[in-house]
Amino acid sequence: MTWAMIVGILSSGIRLATPYLYASVGETIGQVSGVLNLGVDGVMLMGAYVAFFVALRTGNLSLGLIAAAGIGGVFGLIMAFISVTLKAEQGISGIGLYLFGLGLSTFLFGVTIRNVQTIDGFPNLAIPGLSRIPVIGEIFFQHNILVYVAFALVPIAWFVLNKTPFGLRVRAVGQNPEAADSLGVSVVRVRYMAVTIGGVLSGVAGASLSIALLNTFQQNLTNGMGFIAVALVYFGGWRPVLVLAGALLFSTVNALQIWLQVAGINVPSDVALMLPYIVTILVLAAMAKRRVNAPAALNKRFERGES
Amino acid sequence: MNKVLAGFVLVALIVSSIVILGMAAPFKVAFVTPSTINDLAWSQSMYDALVTIQNEMGKDNFQFVYSENMYVISDAAVAIRDYASQGYNLVIAHGSQYGGSLVDIAPDFPHTAFAWGSTANTFSDQGITNIFSYQPYSEQGGYVNGVLAAKLSKSGMMGVIGPIETGDAKRYTEGFQQGVMATNPKDKVSVTWTGSYSDVSLAAETARTMIQAGADVLTGTSQMVIGAIGVAKKEGALWFGYDVDQAPLAPKIVVSSVVVDWTVALRPMIALIQKGTLGGKVFPLTLANGGLKIAVNAEGLVGKTIDGIINGDIKVKE
Amino acid sequence: MNQRKLWDLLPRFTPILAVLLALLVGAVMLAILGTNPWEAYRALFIGAFGSTNALADTIVKATPLLFVGLGICIAFRGGVLNIGGEGQLVTGAIAATALALAIPTWPGWLIILVSLFAGMLAGAIWGGIAGLLKAHFNVNEILSTIMLNYIAVFGMNYLLRGPMMDPLQIKLGSFTPQTARLPRAADLPRLIPTRLHLGAAIAVVLAVAVYVLLWRTTIGFRIRTVGKNLRAALAAGIRTKRYMALSLVLAGAFAGLGGAVEVLGLHHRMFTDGSAFGFTGSAGFNGIVAALFGQLHPIGTIPASFFLGALLTGANKMQRVMQVPSALIGALNGLIVLLVVGSEIFRRRQMKHTDKLGSEQVSAADTKEEP
Repeated sequence: MTWAMIVGILSSGIRLATPYLYASVGETIGQVSGVLNLGVDGVMLMGAYVAFFVALRTGNLSLGLIAAAGIGGVFGLIMAFISVTLKAEQGISGIGLYLFGLGLSTFLFGVTIRNVQTIDGFPNLAIPGLSRIPVIGEIFFQHNILVYVAFALVPIAWFVLNKTPFGLRVRAVGQNPEAADSLGVSVVRVRYMAVTIGGVLSGVAGASLSIALLNTFQQNLTNGMGFIAVALVYFGGWRPVLVLAGALLFSTVNALQIWLQVAGINVPSDVALMLPYIVTILVLAAMAKRRVNAPAALNKRFERGES
Repeated sequence: MNKVLAGFVLVALIVSSIVILGMAAPFKVAFVTPSTINDLAWSQSMYDALVTIQNEMGKDNFQFVYSENMYVISDAAVAIRDYASQGYNLVIAHGSQYGGSLVDIAPDFPHTAFAWGSTANTFSDQGITNIFSYQPYSEQGGYVNGVLAAKLSKSGMMGVIGPIETGDAKRYTEGFQQGVMATNPKDKVSVTWTGSYSDVSLAAETARTMIQAGADVLTGTSQMVIGAIGVAKKEGALWFGYDVDQAPLAPKIVVSSVVVDWTVALRPMIALIQKGTLGGKVFPLTLANGGLKIAVNAEGLVGKTIDGIINGDIKVKE
Repeated sequence: MNQRKLWDLLPRFTPILAVLLALLVGAVMLAILGTNPWEAYRALFIGAFGSTNALADTIVKATPLLFVGLGICIAFRGGVLNIGGEGQLVTGAIAATALALAIPTWPGWLIILVSLFAGMLAGAIWGGIAGLLKAHFNVNEILSTIMLNYIAVFGMNYLLRGPMMDPLQIKLGSFTPQTARLPRAADLPRLIPTRLHLGAAIAVVLAVAVYVLLWRTTIGFRIRTVGKNLRAALAAGIRTKRYMALSLVLAGAFAGLGGAVEVLGLHHRMFTDGSAFGFTGSAGFNGIVAALFGQLHPIGTIPASFFLGALLTGANKMQRVMQVPSALIGALNGLIVLLVVGSEIFRRRQMKHTDKLGSEQVSAADTKEEP
């Protein structure tokens, strides 16, 4: 294993982690408010499609990104309406949202774009100065803008959740909605906002694939990434920094697995492919004694005036 | 005597009218495929072939319908049976995963012809007479791409990105490796399997890893390679395509694509069916019979060189 | 008074109204595409119910949904969310196939029994891993079941392109990743001369068994108590973690059995298209939907599975007849799920209105029953 290879694997891991970061951080905010959204993958697909479509037709990548955030927000609102206002079982509404997003994005792709095409996505943006640092610069500072934003999102999410009045309310409605309600916090409004933010970020996660990392769209482009993103929220125990750790762990092992195959190490490909999934489970199991502060009201419907 | 003549005339009339009616009725094909007909790979290549045949024979003589995205095998089985019961002349089950269902269905519809692939198995060993099969000799195309790749690679390292190590993908990859080795035995071919036909993201990252490891020529199969082509385009690595001509995606870097031309199997198959033979024959698709073609990208290196020589921009000493 | 009654009854039918609303949205989309919605839905109906064959296909499609759904009923009642149906179906199918191929000369009924049992056991183990991780390693089951789905698929791919591959495929050089056909003696009997096999009947019988387990046994009572009120369960001295793990084991067992039944009843071999979906048809997810449509009640899951099976089977026919993109139907399927779960509130409100007193008495009795 050479230095170049290690640098390659680590920078690869950072790229692979990007879509997970957007989606997982978004899902974390939603879950901390008490709403489980299993439909992340469907929202990501809609974001990926819309971003690609807009960028392809207008040639404007930023417009594509905004459109993806918008459609993500709309899907977040749908989820919020069904799980908060209509108080539906969250697990299953998420599956409905996934199926809806998967079907709709494929359908729209078929009638509007039709053929597989590629575009020039967000270019790599070397950070002046920092990118020159040997090794470190190559690993961290030679990516496209959406990669940097994804990583910047983690401290922002931490700050918002832990240091702002809004974050306090989000945590309160997820931990004890009855108490929050009695203190005059609108449980419904806070959850709507949290779930919609989650939707926006999932939409951007999709856009990061279709107009920054892969620069194409195809049916089921995400290939189940949204589900991994949900899993990573549990890995991180609803803390953005640990979610980041989980995303990096999963993605770096995936990058390592690719490298094992490329280098011709004699492992059956299927066994190599299992590695990121197995390692993620094992690492979490090894931390069995960790303290997890789960949102107590997660996946429970809140009815005013009930205990 | 008159009666005999009259009878003869009558028979002739009936026979000719049957023949005319038979000719007038269009040849109807149903096509069941696991991905979408615009996947720029497996399904699209067959769809394009059916459109070509339709243009050749005319819309009045040849009609086809399709069920796309039939990746769920038991759904595909329902579709195949439904088409057969509606009197289609030929039902194409375009995927080797459909074979198990075909064995069950075909005997119930002795007047319908079925076709499937890629395989060399028509189930004639089980007494079934109405299944055709088709088998591209992908390794031949892979070999040609391999020879070209070895000639063009400066670093001496090439990468193959495949879905699962089976079927056509396996054959193509092994052919590619042979082609490289025959040309430049010291070169290295790195093969990576993503475990999926559709994981665009993993295909892209694999391409990137290969390029970082020193590969300057890449190739691969299945619909996920779109991700790898994007990376190759960005990083300036050369790409060799498979299934359909992939040059339109990245004209500057695609050197050539192995194109499977299913019409080479379909034309004789339709002729046989019209004559009453409904199965039992394997249709190979090879370079020799034109079932495999090498589409040289006119805007790429080889294409530009050929063009340059033809129009005199490139002077070659005699 | 009469009108009042009718109004009270309305909420009971909200799921049907929700489905109709979704179909209406679909009709608008079809019309935009230039397809006649009436013709399209007629095709859907004929495809699901139009003939003996169609009806049989619908039931065949519903069978794995019911198996998974039964497991989901247990898991949900036990307070765990099992998203691992896909992986459990696959491991069950692989185990059943391996067993059936290993003992081809045994009597048919014995091969069937042994294979079904192997499938059930494999599924139970796959679910049990998630249970063990939850009980002893503090790993959330949503994470572990999602990850285990992928691991199962890669394992399946490895086995089918390697040790379990049909020798004929290697001889022919086609290298199709599938096993040899299982011994014909091990085919599940057909119920009528269609694709309909014994598996559907097994699933229905098991639905009754699950009902008995959940509501007529102490184990079932404890599972439900853990799911309903964790604190009360702890206070009552129930080993909650053990029962959560048990819920996952049982959920896995049913899904695994479902996978085994699919192999023995329908495919008679195992194959892969790289993902799990080619084999499962997403039954691991749709089974969750079926269970929820069935009010998480095993008996209710029977008609719910049938309905979903009809929808999915009919949708494919619609694609064939009208040549509409299959994705439109996928989107409609999602919309139906959203609207049906969304409409539950109206029914719940009405139920609460009528049985508030009754349910309180029952729950009081529930807690007393346990020593």
